[in-house]
Amino acid sequence: MIRDITFGQYYQTDSVLHRLDPRVKLVGTIIYIISLFLYREAAPFLLALIFLAATIKISHVPFKYMVRGLKAVVILLLITAAFNMFLTQGEPLVTVWKLTITEEGLVSAIFIAVRLIFLIIGSSLMTLTTTPNQLTDGLEKLLSPLKVIKVPIHEISMMMSIALRFIPILLEETDKIMKAQMARGADFDSGNMIKKIKGMVPLLVPLFVSAFRRANDLAMAMEARCYQGGEGRTKMKPLKYHKADVLAYVILIAYLAGVIALGKLF
Amino acid sequence: MPIIVDHLNCIYEAGTAMEVVALSDINLVIPDGQFVGLIGHTGSGKSSLVQHLNGLIKATSGTVYFNGEDIYDEDFDLKKLRSKVGLVFQYPEHQLFEVDVFSDVCYGPKNLGLDKKEVELRAYKALKMVGMDDDYFYQSPFDLSGGQKRRVAIAGVLAMEPDVLILDEPTAGLDPKGRDEILGLIKKLQAETGMTIVLVSHSMEDVANYVDRIIVMNGGQVMLDGLPKDVFSHYKELEEVGLAAPAVTYIMQQMKENGFNVSADATTIAEAKDEILRALAEK
Repeated sequence: MIRDITFGQYYQTDSVLHRLDPRVKLVGTIIYIISLFLYREAAPFLLALIFLAATIKISHVPFKYMVRGLKAVVILLLITAAFNMFLTQGEPLVTVWKLTITEEGLVSAIFIAVRLIFLIIGSSLMTLTTTPNQLTDGLEKLLSPLKVIKVPIHEISMMMSIALRFIPILLEETDKIMKAQMARGADFDSGNMIKKIKGMVPLLVPLFVSAFRRANDLAMAMEARCYQGGEGRTKMKPLKYHKADVLAYVILIAYLAGVIALGKLF
Repeated sequence: MPIIVDHLNCIYEAGTAMEVVALSDINLVIPDGQFVGLIGHTGSGKSSLVQHLNGLIKATSGTVYFNGEDIYDEDFDLKKLRSKVGLVFQYPEHQLFEVDVFSDVCYGPKNLGLDKKEVELRAYKALKMVGMDDDYFYQSPFDLSGGQKRRVAIAGVLAMEPDVLILDEPTAGLDPKGRDEILGLIKKLQAETGMTIVLVSHSMEDVANYVDRIIVMNGGQVMLDGLPKDVFSHYKELEEVGLAAPAVTYIMQQMKENGFNVSADATTIAEAKDEILRALAEK
């Protein structure tokens, strides 16, 4: 049941996108997001759609798998679109009871919906093709200039990778404890709000206990291997740019230039 | 109340790249009062199978009958099934949550909607059954030793007074003394209450001394099913799937091969001793 949450979880397969340097993918995602918010015209969005479709195609991640993760945000999307549709001032199109749909509202609702969908798919494409470890490695390297102003980049990225690593473990643990308490007659689905919250105690207490136990074990294991932070630490597989990465940067810049050109033209 | 498993199949994450066939075409009958050992290597599907028996996992196809009723029927009361088929998970001490031992054991019967008196009576009986002293009743479960925690967790399931008790690797992570205590406790429970017990394990040695019947799982299928001595006579096949017969079986086989007139049926040390003495007396 709880294992069905697939949104943005790494999808194991082999593709050009999987092999790209994580830094390229991080920068690429940021460029893509910026490109979505630059203009409100159809043409740049068309280019964004082509770009997105092409990257999905070469990622070898089944589109169905990607969309499955989208289900969770559909409600958020509908609410946002509805607010835009009804509450924007302008030429009235249809009036239902006290609510008026305006032309401007409809347009802005469509843009918001398209933007959000593109944004979610685009950024989940990054996490689908990059392991959490690569991601934090990339982030650490990208942000390393900040070390000059005493930002503890290594510590932050270590914390991030531990947190990411623990998500599936804690999900599995939750599933197990839930089942164990259900075997003792617990009922997590029925009853009113207060009863449901109270029913969470037998789940949350063991979960916290086990999270602390794991944290303790991990800290012990890290110390046993002489971990002492980022100072002087080397990497077994240091990140290096290859030809494909340079090409990817060129494509990204070309894409951004294309979006700006289209936005200015129309 | 027999359990019948009928053409049970279970596939996780069907239709994705991570598809795993956990169980394929399992057919079993577990009659009343039997002490069954369910053995298999890690990932053989034994844990998945036992979670079907009390309806925690819904089968992909096939069904389970409890007491003649299909547990996947719309109007079947799964909560009642779970009180009748008690399942003790692996590392059950990880599910303890209450402030003291006694209230933790009360959690199960309380969920059944019994009145306070009955709940406390059942909790008391269950704690006595697993051999916990009154002194421990009002201690925090988190302050107990590993073996004690496990006994409290088992009591938590026993307090629901199930007809069938399933224990998933109850000896995992315990020292030899703790292991013998838990296994002895299970044997005693079975002798005293006559309940059906399914003991899941990967160690033949553990179960050989206790069970009436052994079911060996491999790759999501039932590989062998029968009396311990019959199952152990297939020790070569067992080795191929990463399991092994008890050491006694090997000794008896060796003796037989070397021309000693013993039968290789013995599964426990006591039986082997009798058999060797008998053979010696013959000489």
